[in-house]
Amino acid sequence: MSAFITTHLAPLQVVLALLAAPVCLLLRRPKAAWAVATGITWILLGIALALLAWVLETGTILYALGNWPAPWGIEYRIDLANAFMLVIVTLVGSAVMPYARASIAAEIPEERIYLFYCMYLLNLAGLLGMAITGDVFNLFVFLEISSLSSYVMISLGRDRSALTAAYRYLIMGTIGATFYIIGVGMMYMATGSLNMADLANLIPATAGSRTILVALAFITVGLGLKLALVPLHMWLPNAYAHAPSVVSVFLAGTGTKIAIYALMRILFTVFGGAGVFDDFGLGEILSAFAVIAMIGASAVAIYQTNVKRLLAYSSLAQIGYIMLGISMASVLGMSAGIVHLFNHALIKAGLFMVMGCIYLRTESVKIDDLKGLAKVMPVTMAAFVAGGFGLIGVPLTGGFISKWYLLQAAIEKGWWLAIIAILISSLLAIIYIWRVVEAAYFQDRDENAPAVSEAPWSMLAPMWMLIGVSFYFGIHATLTMDVAIGAAEALLGGIQ
Amino acid sequence: MSVEQIILYAVLTPLVGAGLIAVIGDRPNIREAATLVSGVVLFGLVANLYPLMANEQTPQVSLFEMLPGLSLSFQIEPLGMIFAGIASFLWIVTSIYSIGYMRGHHEKNQTRFYFFFAIAISAAIGIAFAGNMLTLFVFYEVLTISTFPLVTHSGTDDAKRGGRVYLGILMGTSIVFLLTAVIWTWSLTGTLDFTAGGILAGKVDGPPAAILFALYMFGIGKAALMPFHRWLPAAMVAPTPVSALLHAVAVVKAGAFSIVKVIVYIFGVETLTREFSSGWLLYVSGFTIIAASIVALRSDNLKRRLAYSTVSQLSYVVLAAAILSPISVMAAAFHIAAHAFGKITLFFAAGSIMVASNKTLVSQLDGIGRRMPWTMGAFFIGALSMIGLPPTAGFVTKWYLLTGAFDAGQMVAVGVIVLSTLLNAGYFLPIVYAAFFRKDPTAAALVADETAIDKHHPPLLIHGEAPVFMVIALSITAAGTVALFLFPDWPLGLAQQLVGGTP
Repeated sequence: MSAFITTHLAPLQVVLALLAAPVCLLLRRPKAAWAVATGITWILLGIALALLAWVLETGTILYALGNWPAPWGIEYRIDLANAFMLVIVTLVGSAVMPYARASIAAEIPEERIYLFYCMYLLNLAGLLGMAITGDVFNLFVFLEISSLSSYVMISLGRDRSALTAAYRYLIMGTIGATFYIIGVGMMYMATGSLNMADLANLIPATAGSRTILVALAFITVGLGLKLALVPLHMWLPNAYAHAPSVVSVFLAGTGTKIAIYALMRILFTVFGGAGVFDDFGLGEILSAFAVIAMIGASAVAIYQTNVKRLLAYSSLAQIGYIMLGISMASVLGMSAGIVHLFNHALIKAGLFMVMGCIYLRTESVKIDDLKGLAKVMPVTMAAFVAGGFGLIGVPLTGGFISKWYLLQAAIEKGWWLAIIAILISSLLAIIYIWRVVEAAYFQDRDENAPAVSEAPWSMLAPMWMLIGVSFYFGIHATLTMDVAIGAAEALLGGIQ
Repeated sequence: MSVEQIILYAVLTPLVGAGLIAVIGDRPNIREAATLVSGVVLFGLVANLYPLMANEQTPQVSLFEMLPGLSLSFQIEPLGMIFAGIASFLWIVTSIYSIGYMRGHHEKNQTRFYFFFAIAISAAIGIAFAGNMLTLFVFYEVLTISTFPLVTHSGTDDAKRGGRVYLGILMGTSIVFLLTAVIWTWSLTGTLDFTAGGILAGKVDGPPAAILFALYMFGIGKAALMPFHRWLPAAMVAPTPVSALLHAVAVVKAGAFSIVKVIVYIFGVETLTREFSSGWLLYVSGFTIIAASIVALRSDNLKRRLAYSTVSQLSYVVLAAAILSPISVMAAAFHIAAHAFGKITLFFAAGSIMVASNKTLVSQLDGIGRRMPWTMGAFFIGALSMIGLPPTAGFVTKWYLLTGAFDAGQMVAVGVIVLSTLLNAGYFLPIVYAAFFRKDPTAAALVADETAIDKHHPPLLIHGEAPVFMVIALSITAAGTVALFLFPDWPLGLAQQLVGGTP
């Protein structure tokens, strides 16, 4: 029995969440749906950790779905890169679920709560599927599952503008998915295969073919939309700002991250042998957009009055950091990007949790309504300061580790402009974080502001857990760095 | 206890103290006892490490690997001993002073104050004992962050503005310049350990070396090299004990200390001597000395004058190090101790005046020496040390500094020192003169007009000496300033070891 389970751990990672979603739909009771979603997420975290340990021990795991051998059947192919992604997604999910109960109860009408948990599980299944699969078409299917469920989750927001935000995301997301599938179609046309490993072998033979280059362009733009790389980011700030707090937390920690992973997979594993970085100058193109994101989005974040929007713009900037690391196409740069993907997932999810706590108590996330909040919600605001340090990249936080490697990689490459951009972006981060901190700590609460108390422990504990983990991996980063370097090497395997 | 344990306990003691302070915050007497006990324990631990120096040992302890190949580690070496010694000793004295000041001045949130103060001391000790540049950088940033709540203690708009400048400059320079320099060094050499002779020796030269050197010098914003000095006057909105210990000793000396460390252990004096590109530091620090003195001369606010005097005195350390002769590097190390005692005395005096009389301007100090003889007597000693006259520690610095400058043939440095001495005399001695030899005009007016006394604010103008805790503290530091002149062996011996001589 245990042998059976260990062999089939890989598909279980997706199947469990996929099966649990309709169960929630049938249960209908909020508490029961929550219990199912929480239990499943925690089991999935256990499986993801087991898979990571397994990969660390024995190397890449291959699993042929339905026993149909690749390249005809769908293959799950788990190396360090996607094992790490699975852990990130399930880790954030595991922290979000205990937090969600109180927050969702306050923000979503009771009769729709079970729908939220159903959509959450579908989203989780989609994200995990995107991470685990070794098949480009299968990736499209999971991309759609996760996208469709996230449109629904965003539109569950109490705010009416959540509907327009979701609609906008739907349009942009669909364009992105369409671009992606067009690209996949072209690849199929040129090579006759959909399996990533198989494609990696076939694509070099088609070198110089315009079809393949156009496919690459379509896929890059399509996934660029999903991961919100500036200038394809227009959907993200509103979606994050108007979604229910829990949805913002979960999407900020996972959604864009998996899209980034998918792009890395395509660029390095599938197109790795095609020399797109050397001949095509893709690195320069991506790094230019990354730099624009790092500086532009940080600058815009400074002027936001809604703190959730501020954090959303900050996310765009941080995605820029990750993409900058990736665009270097060196082990050092890639591992910096990957470790920042992890650190930023924890930090940003933690910060959105802070905003959820504040919204629960004050029904606002406007910077003006945060005045003097540090006196009445000290534990919550301290978490904001701690998370903010992470975004700035203060030593002993995860953000510092990311920045250290990113700068080191940029120095190694001799990309001086990128170094300057990283530094300017950190300075801008100090400003936008400090605006919030000053409001909360240095101003007095308005006299007619409602009396508020500290958020419940069920929300504070997961929030501090994420922040705490991000600090732990800032102080003792050997484990995350070893995994990130291993993941980068796995992804770059196609190139070297 | 093994040496390694002592080092770790030295860094941890103030942290434990901070924890105790937070827990027993609502009982002020026990809380202050916790601060004092931590101070005494810390000083005891640091003093225990001193004998190792005589045997020329440099024990090392690694905490854990923070990044693959890079550990958070501590190492004892002479310069760190000087810094840790003065920081831990003066923490005790400042704590005594704080009790008088914070209570006499009726400050709010005293628990928070003592809590962050203890954390800042821990960070300072961490900097002093840092075994590599990464550890130094980590504690450098912890020091910045932990002192921010102290600078903005009063919570007023002024404090907020001061805090912005403080955090903006210190964090900005450290993130933009210093971090880049550290990572660059790491990718050039593959090590960040402080090594005699310098780890960059032979690894970098020409324009990149010049850029790297500039990144370090301006990145260490705590050394207040112009144009990145504005945070120091901005920090003067803090309660006076903070200005005294942190912004005359711990924080600013962390900056000067880091600069000397970088020059001696990262670049290596010999490398810099060969490398023409580092010569500009002499001029920048010389300019800072003169310009800051001129600003000090023109400011009427006493704490602001002291702050600019600190900016100027910090550049003595940098100038001394930049001369790059062994004797001047000794002067740099010694001045870290000498200036600490002198300047903390001056700040203590400024705080005493404020608590006793509510006066903050130089122009208000006429005749105050007769009311506060201890305070102003100590002020006089501190002022002498700033000018560099015997019988105070400042004279010893100046002696070695000038010797070093002559040895190296740096006439520009000699000129700067002479001019600066005159300027220092120009802005300190008139205060002393006015305090002792001028009549107090307001007091005379008061005798004539009894109604001038505000009934709601007790007659602040009719005052005597400051609270006894404060007087004790400033007497100790004034005595220390003289003692360093009479018995300079302790820091001088260490300074000699730093440049490779035997004590």
